Amino acid sequence: MTNARLDRRPEASAPPATGLHRSLLAVERWTKETLWDCRMCGQCILHSTGLTCPMRCPKNLRNGPCGGTLQDGHCEVVPEMMCVWVEAWERSQRLPLWRDHIEHVERPTDWRLQETSSWENLLSGRDRVDPDGWAAAEHPGAS
Amino acid sequence: MRRDAEPVSRLHRLLLAGEFVVTAEMQTSDSADPAEIVRDGETLRGAADAVNCTDNSAAHTHVSALAASRLLIEMGIEPVMQFVCRDRNRLALQADLLGAAALGVRNIVCMTGDDVSAGDHPEAKPIYDIDSVHLIRIARIMRDGGTYLSGRPLADPPSFLIGAVENPFAPPRDFRPMRLGTKIEAGAEFIQTQICFNLNAMRIFMARCGELGLLDDVWVLAGVFIPSSARGARYLRDHVPGVDVPASVIERMESAAPERQKEEGIALALDMVDAVRQIPGVSGIHLMTINHEEDIPRVVHAAGLLPRPESSPEPAGPLSGNP
Repeated sequence: MTNARLDRRPEASAPPATGLHRSLLAVERWTKETLWDCRMCGQCILHSTGLTCPMRCPKNLRNGPCGGTLQDGHCEVVPEMMCVWVEAWERSQRLPLWRDHIEHVERPTDWRLQETSSWENLLSGRDRVDPDGWAAAEHPGAS
Repeated sequence: MRRDAEPVSRLHRLLLAGEFVVTAEMQTSDSADPAEIVRDGETLRGAADAVNCTDNSAAHTHVSALAASRLLIEMGIEPVMQFVCRDRNRLALQADLLGAAALGVRNIVCMTGDDVSAGDHPEAKPIYDIDSVHLIRIARIMRDGGTYLSGRPLADPPSFLIGAVENPFAPPRDFRPMRLGTKIEAGAEFIQTQICFNLNAMRIFMARCGELGLLDDVWVLAGVFIPSSARGARYLRDHVPGVDVPASVIERMESAAPERQKEEGIALALDMVDAVRQIPGVSGIHLMTINHEEDIPRVVHAAGLLPRPESSPEPAGPLSGNP
């Protein structure tokens, strides 16, 4: 493992958190950045990726690896770094639960949630809001 | 993929009929003059059932896949339009999906795309707003749901045969068949694989896809590269991420005298075509070169795959209405 990393996270567009929200965000940021090099996308799917932050992938891929993974399992963009999805696959298979979640089709990223608390978004359901067209395709006939 | 679907393109019709199909990849040109694309199209006419128009391949700017696709349509050649997620956000991708349909494009292939760092504009802002699985699903939403991703209705939905890519030769190899399953769930009906030199890996991949029950739901076109020289094979190994070029391939090309290497490359590609045809579940081949499109008809001919069914030239695609 090397220290090579590339951080392509977008600018935050949400207004800065205040009061208690700000404290919670600080705790979440400290915890997840320390443990998982989290990029604070605000719509956490760590349970689907063997606790590997998919936003560390330079292409922000949330549904599995691109075709450019090098033969030694490293990233084509940052060859010093392991492919995030090689790690995600291996680690997901070692998890006692959620092992099959890596096969789920993940919804498109809502970039407005960048730098917001995924813990709050999980509780409010804000991290699971599908675009209307997506929702119709996920649940055909439900409209 | 539905076996009883109404075909939306010649490629679709041939796949539905169980034909062993041939697609070929064409690098779009760097010219404001359409002559080069027309020339490559003429080279491939009759040799391929459909021709891929690449989308800023290897992260280098070229004539847009949309323009190249339309030029081919006007020649009576069916395009497969590639869409990468590197250069456009979800608005622009949907605009081009719909625009392509309006210009007569019926076959699309959705992929992530090589990173900007691999190309001639490494300082560019990479987009990656959505990933290839999202794009596949969005194409299906537009086609089957008749709306944009936002839910806003389309006046007339597009007809597409929706394609994807997969790389059985790159890590994490155990995960790749499941990833194909994710793409099928999202809406992929056919895939074109990365270049196959490693037959063992291809066989393992296909066997695993069979075990997962995927091969009834997707047509797999095996990617076959035609090396024009030992140098070209080494370039592929050293400079194209995700391609597994075994040492035996390099050795075989190097063992031929320089003036014989082009023939050796064609022989090697032919061996690969013959081998992948024997793998259960492979529905066709996708032929690739680096700027040597003239080798493609030679391989198709040598493989005994000529004449292509329905290869007679067709009039230009309709500018309005879906088939």
